[in-house]
Amino acid sequence: MSLQHFISEAVSPWMKNEGPDSDIVMSSRVRFARNLKNYVFPILSNREHNLEVIEEVRSQFTDVPDDQVGQLELIEMDDLKPIEKRVLVEKHLISPNLIEHSKNGAVLLSENETVSIMINEEDHFRIQCLVAGFELKKALSLANSLDNWIEEKVDYAFDERKGYLTSCPTNVGTGMRASVMLHLPALVLTQQLNHIIPAINQLGLVVRGSYGEGSEALGNIFQISNQITLGKTEDDIIEDLQGVVRQVIEKERAARRALLDNSRIELEDRIYRALGVLQNSRIIQSKEAAKCLSDVRLGIDLGLVKGLSKSILNELLILTQPGFLQQYAGASLTPTERDIKRATLIRERLELEDQLTKNVEGDEQ
Amino acid sequence: MTCQECGERPATLHFTKIINGEKTETHICEKCAKEKGEVEPGTNHFSIHNLLSGLLNFETPIGESPAQSYYKPEISHCPKCGLTYQQFTKIGRFGCSECYKTFSDKLDPILKKVHGGNTVHSGKIPKRAGAAIEIERKVQNLRSKMKEYIEHEEFEKAAETRDLIRTLEDKSSSEGGE
Repeated sequence: MSLQHFISEAVSPWMKNEGPDSDIVMSSRVRFARNLKNYVFPILSNREHNLEVIEEVRSQFTDVPDDQVGQLELIEMDDLKPIEKRVLVEKHLISPNLIEHSKNGAVLLSENETVSIMINEEDHFRIQCLVAGFELKKALSLANSLDNWIEEKVDYAFDERKGYLTSCPTNVGTGMRASVMLHLPALVLTQQLNHIIPAINQLGLVVRGSYGEGSEALGNIFQISNQITLGKTEDDIIEDLQGVVRQVIEKERAARRALLDNSRIELEDRIYRALGVLQNSRIIQSKEAAKCLSDVRLGIDLGLVKGLSKSILNELLILTQPGFLQQYAGASLTPTERDIKRATLIRERLELEDQLTKNVEGDEQ
Repeated sequence: MTCQECGERPATLHFTKIINGEKTETHICEKCAKEKGEVEPGTNHFSIHNLLSGLLNFETPIGESPAQSYYKPEISHCPKCGLTYQQFTKIGRFGCSECYKTFSDKLDPILKKVHGGNTVHSGKIPKRAGAAIEIERKVQNLRSKMKEYIEHEEFEKAAETRDLIRTLEDKSSSEGGE
């Protein structure tokens, strides 16, 4: 497989769009948890019932009456190879839980990968909409229209006082988790984030690394999401989250400006060293790769590094995860082989970028 | 770097745990990680459910005396899926929609803890299943609006709102009667 083709397969089409505030916000996501009234929740149900749910989905839910979404494809976990499943997790299209604990798990995936509806995960349906940049309302309205479309055909487990009934009481009510993925290198570098996180927590919001609770943020990427799902409307939850994220964005921008004003040469040094590592290393672990990619992306955003596209951080962070590396190699790899492959892939990607820039310049002449 | 557990294979998994601001780092190889139950990134080995079941156990007294342990906790279970409250406190999840009714008397204190004091849904209502609920909620909103108008002596607006409420109520009762 050629690298270019591999990348185009690996990067979800929605990621190529540049949304609002894309210098800091990588993506916005809204997820609804929904259950069917007449079935036991997946955690206690048997394979037979889960299969019935899947059949119901297959017969009713592939033609979405919405132009932005297009066709949905039903993919059953039992039909996939382990590496293929891993790749879907690394793209944030399914949860690790769907692979590990679900009986007859499946996902309905839209062509542009904006929409993924997990089936038989912790809840019968997990409707997820991912969009580029800071666009929570867009993600919400898309999730709402899909939700309405599904509800036309099936009976949801809903209670007047408790709202949408979910397997875990932490999701009950709206069943909604809204989150924003942020790249915050300057707040980390200036050690301000440690003070900001407790304040955000007090507002009923959660900050975590891009891979869930307790994980350190790889590549200075953080996820902020709502904790409370009961007693507030969807719009209120989104607005609260938006307000807080807006402030974090302003603080990150201020920290970036301060770094440029006060320690420009140190910042340049850090960024160019990172670029040097990425361009030249022959063995690189994921943690170091993520750190360097974050530095280079900061350099691009500040206009210090030219001729590289902004999407490089998002793209390479996904591409250099174990599942993708092994898919690219077409074989399973030992950890050391992975570190070598990762270094090669990054170098090739940067060279590809060089060629692309030259081609564009050639076209313009 | 070699694995902290076996000291043989190279460490490929690097965990940083931050608990109450205290940072601990672990470097281990994949084999030991699997044996230890530490998992690959992206999987929540210590999930919200573990935390939740901690919250749910608040009924069990700490340092239970021997005399009390003769007392057998009442076993209530859900008629639809068979889940017992004991099981629920372990897995932190309900088995079906009926569980919310079965364990309703124990539910509100938990919900308050998790959802910032809230126990009642005020968000979206499914269109088809909730048409009646939707009307009821609209009426309630209008009633409180009407009160405001009266307090501010805007009687014309109050009267308009009252008419709106009547139309809505007629609509819901006629639909219910069919």
